[in-house]
Amino acid sequence: MDAAQAVLKISDMPFPAVDEQQGTVEGAGPAPRADNRDTVGEPFVEDPRMTCRDVNVYYGEKHAIRDVSIDIAHNEVLAMIGPSGCGKSTFLRCLNRMNDTVDTCRVSGRILLDGLDIYGRLVDVVPLRARVGMVFQKPNPFPKSIYDNIAYGPRIHGLAESRSELDGIVENSLKKAGLWQEVHDRLDQPGTGLSGGQQQRLCIARAIAVQPEVILMDEPCSALDPIATATVEDLIAELREQYTIVIVTHNMQQAARVSRRTAYFHLGALIEVGPTDRIFTNPRHRLTEDYITGRFG
Amino acid sequence: MVYQLTFHREIERLKNRFMVLGSLVEDRVRKACAAILTRDPDLLSEIIGSDWEIDEMEIEIEEECLKILALHQPVARDLRLLIAIIKINNELERIADIAVNIAKRVQTISKDSDLEFTIDYHPMSARVMQMLKMGLDSLVTEDAALARRIFIEDEVVDQLRNQAYKGVLRALNSEVGHAACLVNLYLLARHLERIGDRATNIAEEVIYLVEGEIVRGDTE
Repeated sequence: MDAAQAVLKISDMPFPAVDEQQGTVEGAGPAPRADNRDTVGEPFVEDPRMTCRDVNVYYGEKHAIRDVSIDIAHNEVLAMIGPSGCGKSTFLRCLNRMNDTVDTCRVSGRILLDGLDIYGRLVDVVPLRARVGMVFQKPNPFPKSIYDNIAYGPRIHGLAESRSELDGIVENSLKKAGLWQEVHDRLDQPGTGLSGGQQQRLCIARAIAVQPEVILMDEPCSALDPIATATVEDLIAELREQYTIVIVTHNMQQAARVSRRTAYFHLGALIEVGPTDRIFTNPRHRLTEDYITGRFG
Repeated sequence: MVYQLTFHREIERLKNRFMVLGSLVEDRVRKACAAILTRDPDLLSEIIGSDWEIDEMEIEIEEECLKILALHQPVARDLRLLIAIIKINNELERIADIAVNIAKRVQTISKDSDLEFTIDYHPMSARVMQMLKMGLDSLVTEDAALARRIFIEDEVVDQLRNQAYKGVLRALNSEVGHAACLVNLYLLARHLERIGDRATNIAEEVIYLVEGEIVRGDTE
């Protein structure tokens, strides 16, 4: 047989087509069917900071989150990914009861923070939101000075007894957010005058100032340029030493870079949770694989 | 329906190109094995003189893989496929080099026409060609079970090499004055066995592609 014939022999054999019904590739391992909505992977951890069980969220008639159960560990960065409308931001907002502000929203199931049911009758959401802070997609500094942006929370929560103590909190928070060097000589200037990346780090410093245990981040870099994004991602890696961070992102490379565990949501269901390196090299669920490889249907 | 991104089309093109390389290397090995038997000088020259084709295609495929990695940052199965192709690409290029080495050994052996001792390399050649075919087929069909069968074949090939070694060792005593030829005769076994080893490496990469687990044939 000559080379040309040999070429035909091999290249005539097609690579196997993905079986749409079974959700597997012929010869592949036991991937769950594409229509299976049970969570696969490792959603639970030992000694969790937050425990979520059978969480369902409704906006009026719309069933936005379906039976989500997951633990969030101490000092971990958990990334939540999924297509638009999959419920990842809705779920994030359940973790500090931000959904309470939506009239039609109803949450069922249990969400515990250090064993405390955050939806308990006696829970005051103001201190809860200090313990579970939040950073939003678009930097939203108060129209106040840089100093007052940070000092606002500690003042209303009574965390400082003197001006010098408050000064210490402001300095410490800005240092933790990697912003101190850039702003220490202009603390009296408006926070809104900073660049986008600096504003976002100011918002992170503001969340840190009230001594949270968990920081929720809803697409914190989507309004930032690549350099500001890299700075914030670097900051997330440092903050992990002291805080638990849950980040929602549309940027899969960002999820891969910053998080230790990744959770994939699809149509309100938690499809797969696992170590980030495994999710991005060898996901177990067909839907996760399709989403992260761009084979969206 | 599933949308196809430019990136997926590039991967498809890469896979097709890579299979052409696989077929060319298979062809080289087949010709080298035939030349062990026939010692056809024209065929030997052809094998030695055409290695540049494989080398160029190997570089082209590696560059294409690096381009896709840099521009598209693939993940999951796409990432595993690219890693498998990069590694198997290297194995194929080395297998083609071994085919050239076999041709050179046969040229040397052909110069010593007085030596009566010989080794029937047909069973070993057939197994090695089969292993390479199984490796490429398992890649095309993404069949980890087929890839694992190569590990078993490799043990048989190792035994055949040992038999050749013992045969040549005995002949060194009985066929005085033919040491150079006998050493080259043994090296043919060694080269064939190395092709088997590299087919085993291909199998390991196929298993990683399919199952996402890194395995080594010698630990099975």
